[in-house]
Amino acid sequence: MDEVIIFLSRLQFALTNIFHYFYPPFSIGLGIFLVISEGIYMKTKNLLWLQITRFWTKIFALTFTIGVATGIPMEFQFGTNWADYSRYVGDVFGSALAAEGIFAFFLESGFLAILVFGSGKVSPGFHYFSTIMVCLGAHFSAVWIVVANSWMQTPAGFEVVMGPNGMRAEIIDFWAMVFNPSSMVRLLHVIMGCWLAGTFFVLSVSAWYIIKKKHLEFAEASMKAALIIALIISLSQLFISGDRSVKMVHAYQPAKFAAMEGHWKSGPADMAILGYIDEEAGETKGLKIPGMTSWLIDFNSALPVKGLDSIPADERPPLQITFQSYHLMIAIGVFLIILSVTGCVLWWRGSLFKPNSKFILWIFVFSVLLPVTANTAGWITAEVGRQPWIVYGLMKTAAGVSPNLSRSQLYFSNILFFFLYLMLFAVFVYVLNSKIQHGPDPAETSAPIVPLTQRIREILRKSKRDI
Amino acid sequence: MDLNTIWFILIIIILAGYAILDGFDFGVGMLHLFNKSDKDRRLSINSIGPLWDGNEVWLVVGGGALFAAFPEVYATVFSGFYNAFILLLVMLIFRGVAIEFRSKSQNPKWRTLWDVSFSLGSLGSALIFGLAFGNLARGVQLDDRKNIVGGFLDLLNPYSILVGLTAVSLLVLHGAIFLIMKTEGEMRENINKRIKKMIFVFISFYVITSVSTFIYQPHLFVVFKRNIWLAVIPAVTLLLVLNIPREIHFGREFRAFLSSSGTIALLIGLVAIGIFPDIVLSNPGQQNSLNIYNSASTKSTLTTMLIIACIGAPLILSYTTVVYWIFRGKVKLDDHSY
Repeated sequence: MDEVIIFLSRLQFALTNIFHYFYPPFSIGLGIFLVISEGIYMKTKNLLWLQITRFWTKIFALTFTIGVATGIPMEFQFGTNWADYSRYVGDVFGSALAAEGIFAFFLESGFLAILVFGSGKVSPGFHYFSTIMVCLGAHFSAVWIVVANSWMQTPAGFEVVMGPNGMRAEIIDFWAMVFNPSSMVRLLHVIMGCWLAGTFFVLSVSAWYIIKKKHLEFAEASMKAALIIALIISLSQLFISGDRSVKMVHAYQPAKFAAMEGHWKSGPADMAILGYIDEEAGETKGLKIPGMTSWLIDFNSALPVKGLDSIPADERPPLQITFQSYHLMIAIGVFLIILSVTGCVLWWRGSLFKPNSKFILWIFVFSVLLPVTANTAGWITAEVGRQPWIVYGLMKTAAGVSPNLSRSQLYFSNILFFFLYLMLFAVFVYVLNSKIQHGPDPAETSAPIVPLTQRIREILRKSKRDI
Repeated sequence: MDLNTIWFILIIIILAGYAILDGFDFGVGMLHLFNKSDKDRRLSINSIGPLWDGNEVWLVVGGGALFAAFPEVYATVFSGFYNAFILLLVMLIFRGVAIEFRSKSQNPKWRTLWDVSFSLGSLGSALIFGLAFGNLARGVQLDDRKNIVGGFLDLLNPYSILVGLTAVSLLVLHGAIFLIMKTEGEMRENINKRIKKMIFVFISFYVITSVSTFIYQPHLFVVFKRNIWLAVIPAVTLLLVLNIPREIHFGREFRAFLSSSGTIALLIGLVAIGIFPDIVLSNPGQQNSLNIYNSASTKSTLTTMLIIACIGAPLILSYTTVVYWIFRGKVKLDDHSY
């Protein structure tokens, strides 16, 4: 197999995924925020919360549309670029992707129409119901896509047998595939990452309005709600979900774990805080806490951990990328906790919205980039760390690529996708910026509306009369 | 009927559903530039505004279902039609984001840019779908590892181009009928004035394609010759096609829309019946064809998927019904519109 074709196929998958993954976390995170803010409005009938909901609904719709548009190539790329992978695992892997479409996307896109265009056409109660359904749909899509990816990390519930056209993986237990050893742990981690992205998005825009002294009431209310969420989630992301994810990788993917931690010699593992991997010398240089990684796994700093020395060179993932992106993610996670705590303390002291907090508010404005970066870094760790396998321990990445592609086809598609996604990103930022500059519209409740049920009843009555 | 046949039928139903639903989006898109004023263009976009991304989900679900049920077909078709498919994805992306981006600035140049993207994206998508469909009907050459032999230019054979153009003319008509249902006043009159031409163009293509299919693609007729009662289907298709001008003439646009929807579904169905039990027919080299058995997943996966489909289908139909019901009637612009 031509190395260039394998490389370009991987590059394209990474590129399209990284660009795509800017948007869905916002949809998932803002989805939760919309459920909360519209819920507060439904409870208190305070028009401020209707205004907040409407503003974020518009932003939600924007990220959702680009998420859909950039997501379509994802669904088909397994076929276009990874045909032999699809042939080999289709029986096991395909059903998770299909379930995502059937259970998540229809729910999400159907009710999104009502969420965005429906106020005035449906009753407030039904509108809120739609908001909840959209949010649920966004979460369901995360469920199935993480299940599918987790199966590639820790495959379960299948056997390799002779199919009609060669060897392939065939399912023996659907639920063992769905609840493979890593899926639930990773799902929690991914979803909390999305919630953080949504929350810090709200924080960022609110902080900016406060600095610019615009829409103050709107911004302070949004910021308070978002700060509470940010504090809870950033803490649980690191201490509950992050901790479990690390233990899971340690248990099931020793090569990835060794690369993430930069752990060379089998034995007690140190924790590198900051450093780099010197592959030639076979060691990790930098600041380390001795025995800390071992201690975190089992509260035993002498626990032996498999090191890179016991993993053959051709079964090691690219070390530097895995190590650095993992450390970047952790560093951001810690910083988000510090930032949330600081924000809450200042709010409690009553000085967060005062002019002398401008510095911290500016940090909040830029903080939206942090969870986005951490989410991407986390996925890079997971995916690059799995190499050289496409399905861990079962199929090598090089064996999965479409056999009939040529270099020129891949140059064509890589360049096309790169410029297209770059342009989309630029337009997204431009449109987003103009929406934020424009700010929330004053909220007025729309004309009285006839609830759907009543309408149906009227029509039934009318048709009876006609008969 | 075995599971493989059931899944073949289900995939065809999803494909037909997609073609009908996103079909009118494509049609509206292709006609978009004929609307001269900004207001008319907004009306045309908002007629599909709340619906188009739900319609596009049918494509994604079709892709997922094909992957799960017939992974060999999924792998072969998408890797084999690589360039065409990448172009299609690019068109679909442009079309989708154009709808969202257009309304975000008042600048006329900005709006024109996205109007053109929307229109060309729709035209390109419809054409590529038609081309791909023509090639599947005609058969493509597969090697013994079930990979498609040949490149992009091999897809551009006269028969497939003809099918591509037929698809474009049908979807333009389908979209125009949809617009007549959704608009009123001058805009509606403008489409009404043009619709006769569209009907004429489509029926011409329909006749030419039917005749050339009969002459050049005899393999599609084998099953019809063996089961003569199946001839009912092309007959009904013809009646539906002819019913379109009739309903338009009497001003019953909803019935016309049902007729064009039925035409789309039956034309897809006819080809499906013609190639069954093959899915990707290898021509030449029939022994390499991918059929519903040698390309399928295991019985166990097909069963699981059928259960998922049985749970999902009522849900999907109910959301779709609710959304189409809420957004029924003439399109009006308000502050939630694009």
